[in-house]
Amino acid sequence: MTDAATTPDLFSKFDGLIEQRRALLANGIEDPFNLVMEKVLSPTVAVCNGRETILLGTYNYMGMTFDPDVIAAGKKALDEFGAGTTGSRVLNGTYAGHRAVEQALCDFYGMDHAMVFSTGYQANLGIISTIAGKGDYIVLDIDSHASIWDGCKMGDAEVVPFKHNDIEAMEKRLRRIPEGAGKLVVLEGVYSMLGDIAPLKEMIAVAKAHGAMVLVDEAHSMGFIGPNGRGVAEDQGVLDQVDFVIGTFSKSVGTVGGFCVSNHPKFEILRLVCRPYVFTASLPPSVVHTAATSIRKLMHAGDKRAHLWENSRTLHAGLIARGFTLGTQTPQSAIIAVIMPDLERGAAMWEALLHEGLYVNLARPPATPAGMTLLRCSLCAEHTAEQVQTILGMFERAGKTVGII
Amino acid sequence: MDRADTSARIAAVIEPFNKKAVALTDDSTFAGDLEWDSLTVMDFVAAIEDEFDIIISMNQQAEIETYGQLIDAVTKIRG
Repeated sequence: MTDAATTPDLFSKFDGLIEQRRALLANGIEDPFNLVMEKVLSPTVAVCNGRETILLGTYNYMGMTFDPDVIAAGKKALDEFGAGTTGSRVLNGTYAGHRAVEQALCDFYGMDHAMVFSTGYQANLGIISTIAGKGDYIVLDIDSHASIWDGCKMGDAEVVPFKHNDIEAMEKRLRRIPEGAGKLVVLEGVYSMLGDIAPLKEMIAVAKAHGAMVLVDEAHSMGFIGPNGRGVAEDQGVLDQVDFVIGTFSKSVGTVGGFCVSNHPKFEILRLVCRPYVFTASLPPSVVHTAATSIRKLMHAGDKRAHLWENSRTLHAGLIARGFTLGTQTPQSAIIAVIMPDLERGAAMWEALLHEGLYVNLARPPATPAGMTLLRCSLCAEHTAEQVQTILGMFERAGKTVGII
Repeated sequence: MDRADTSARIAAVIEPFNKKAVALTDDSTFAGDLEWDSLTVMDFVAAIEDEFDIIISMNQQAEIETYGQLIDAVTKIRG
């Protein structure tokens, strides 16, 4: 027999968060985590609450979502291959388009192997949990993305974090790992909360000196960092030292999906042993065809890359000049994080910007490092120079309204 | 290395982290009695690792909730 009064409610663990949310919304503020894009007019403009809104928080770095060739490829694939595969990659779910997008990735990165997952989250989850097993050690940056942490949690390896971007702290941990144990160092090119980059050249040299394999998540650098847009490792001249590059289609590529590229000679066996690859349906044909078309166009996107960097530099300098505190001293990527004094004023600023007609991401713990509340801006190569000036004006007015500057 | 030696060295490392000067016993908890957040825990674990030149993996940390469990774990890791 059960008694309602003594039956533990599994949801009681969320009471703190429920109360924090209630208190925030009780002030009449709009829910920052429940916004609906009613219409999407372009990579940089949508309609939210009936208001035309500039999008500055989409990770749509290269603006490929509305590229005419990309759209055409998707429509054609819908007509020719149908709406979905209804199957796993290892059963009935590998179509010509899945092979085509994997070949596009091999060509883009100049690597031998590419494996496409249904999301970027699953790529990290699957690769990390599968290659690092019992008795192996994963050494990772403490500010790693949730998908990396979850990959660690799902596997059986010993997990050893080190302080963010701290080469010496990483070296110490590698040095202390027992002789003979397998080692995987997990790093990111761009850390998405503050938009800062990693000193990959130095860190990878240390990792290799200790006999570790190296995995780098380049989700936030693909398409615009490095001479060929291959990411931070390419930019720092060490891509050939990286054993596994993890990436995503949901940022610069402009659709959804995740991948790992590698030169490891035994890489293909992962298709049979990696559970987040095997036990889920593959991406729809329209998605893989849009991705393949987009990736091939990104190989020749030098002008767009240059414009994106110009946007990033202009926004960074403009926000500093207006008295905002930013996550990085210099613009290091297409992410510019504006540090808020606390969650309440962060949410108020977010709402004030929305009323101005600007969407940014409100980021807060536990996603953020050091308990920070951030307004995270991600720029797009399709933002015009005029839009960036408009954005700066919106920040100035909203910042003064809320009392942050 | 014996437990008493380990205990004394941990006590020295913990002092700057024990901001409220909580009197420590083997049953004192890091989250509860010392009220440490995850960032403090990370810095403290790094300090302990440096002091003894060891690794305390996340997997091992999950089993360590009290001061006494930490002393036992470090003593065991050091062999």
